[in-house]
Amino acid sequence: MTAPLLLRIEHLTMRFGGLVAVDDVSFEAADRQITAIIGPNGAGKTTVFNCLTGFYKPTIGMLTLRRPGGATFLLERMDGYRIGQVARVARTFQNIRLFPRMSVLENLMVAQHNKLMRASGYTFFGLFGLPVYRHAEARALDLARYWLDRIGLTARADEEAGNMAYGEQRRLEIARAMCTEPVLLCLDEPAAGLNPRESAELNELLLFIRDEHKIGVLLIEHDMSVVMKISDHVVVLDYGRKISAGSPTSVRNDPVVIRAYLGEEEDEALPPEVETDLKFGA
Amino acid sequence: MEYFVQQLINGLTLGAVYGLIAIGYTMVYGIIGMINFAHGDIFMIGGFVSIITFMVLGVFGITWVPLALVCMLVMAMAFTGLHGWAVERIGYRALRNAPRLAPLISAIGMSIFLQNYVQLLQGARNKPLPPIISGGIELMTSSEGFTVKLGYMQIIIMVTTTVIMVGFTLMIARTPLGRQQRACEQDMKMARLLGVNVDRTISLTFIMGAALAAAAGLIWLLYYGIIDFYVGFLAGIKAFTAAVLGGIGSLPGAMVGGLLIGVIEVFYAGYFSSAYKDVAVFMILVLVLIFLPTGLIGRPDIEKV
Repeated sequence: MTAPLLLRIEHLTMRFGGLVAVDDVSFEAADRQITAIIGPNGAGKTTVFNCLTGFYKPTIGMLTLRRPGGATFLLERMDGYRIGQVARVARTFQNIRLFPRMSVLENLMVAQHNKLMRASGYTFFGLFGLPVYRHAEARALDLARYWLDRIGLTARADEEAGNMAYGEQRRLEIARAMCTEPVLLCLDEPAAGLNPRESAELNELLLFIRDEHKIGVLLIEHDMSVVMKISDHVVVLDYGRKISAGSPTSVRNDPVVIRAYLGEEEDEALPPEVETDLKFGA
Repeated sequence: MEYFVQQLINGLTLGAVYGLIAIGYTMVYGIIGMINFAHGDIFMIGGFVSIITFMVLGVFGITWVPLALVCMLVMAMAFTGLHGWAVERIGYRALRNAPRLAPLISAIGMSIFLQNYVQLLQGARNKPLPPIISGGIELMTSSEGFTVKLGYMQIIIMVTTTVIMVGFTLMIARTPLGRQQRACEQDMKMARLLGVNVDRTISLTFIMGAALAAAAGLIWLLYYGIIDFYVGFLAGIKAFTAAVLGGIGSLPGAMVGGLLIGVIEVFYAGYFSSAYKDVAVFMILVLVLIFLPTGLIGRPDIEKV
């Protein structure tokens, strides 16, 4: 557990009018590790992501990203697009947000547009197909092919992304995020709606990303089988507060976490059969 | 038959102009979902910059026509590009997340502003341009002595328009900039997360649209030999009709729509009444909005949930 620090979130608070969505949350994510954020619905997990990726400006708090090379970025002070472009944080969404009317390959190329823009001399070299641009494009294509291969969509590279099956779109979204060559990958419920086989493939893909590409992964997930199997570190949020953190096993046995998921002590005043229903429901 | 061919040639020439302007409407609609009503006036400014450049070249004694035309085109594109950028920066950017009506009204304000600004700087009178390209090829002559003529000017217009449109289509389809624009069009927030500088992409869209309108302005000036500060209004609305007819948001749609509107207008004027040719165009707008709201090539607008 002595992996170098990648992301430090300090006193993150996000208020929307009177509603406190995230309340003084601090945690750290280490490089080359998978850090999972779990918690009941409405706990503020996605809000944390939105603050990280510049969708929201946090009300209070400091979000420091430290690259393995040593460069440090204060994410809360950066414009949205620079978080992806300069700090290299990539994310996916709970509901899939591919570019549905672009081909699968183009989705992966968009993610690499910054280096392509530079190589194309902001369009003109690209328009005339100069060698500088052609080489850059060839390299971008190589990276795209590599990821297509990884996610098993090589044969369907030229189809519209919107026509892919749900699980394929999920994987494509992760591949697209990886094509930005991030140092931190934030995944918002990547296993939602996947069947057990797809879920297992996803685990494999995430472990591959962590081990082979040596980047940090931040993961919001409801599927406990995923969380317990692949995460190195777990942070539990409830009602916008951090209630627990630690290794998967320690979190699973933490009474505070169990209470957050299954209800307060008072609930035991309910008739026993209702209590049982609640437990099964959860 | 000869009359028909002649009208078709004239119609396609006019349609090329509308097509060039319509692309600006359709691109801006595609990327930020608003109708930029100041676009017609951007086109007018393109015409004015062309005529001013022509005068200045005359002062320096540059009268070789191809060089003069290239200079006029470049200057017109540069200046209107600047205007297009400024209009977006001042009038629309702050309203990007406002309700849809707000930028629309801002656009109408921008349009009125641009008209008055040109009127103040250049005066309200027509500016004439001496014909700099004349002559043409006689294609055929009918038994009644009616000659079908394809002017050199018309050839230049069609060739220029084709070259610009092909170059532009390639840019959208092939270059990273075009890919970036299409990405912003489909999901602006996601594009931003992937590191796309959305503000800059939108600015570039306005500049590109304005540059195309500048080409249209130059062509208009050469073809009609006259320009005034109000010309952008009607031409702009007709080009907007062309964009709607083709399916707003679709680039090939704008080109096809432009050609169709040009041909319809000229045929109506030629066969029915030239006084009511504008009515013909706006009837098309009404009919398309009622019966074919997605246009000829448009995609049905599915509300995102």
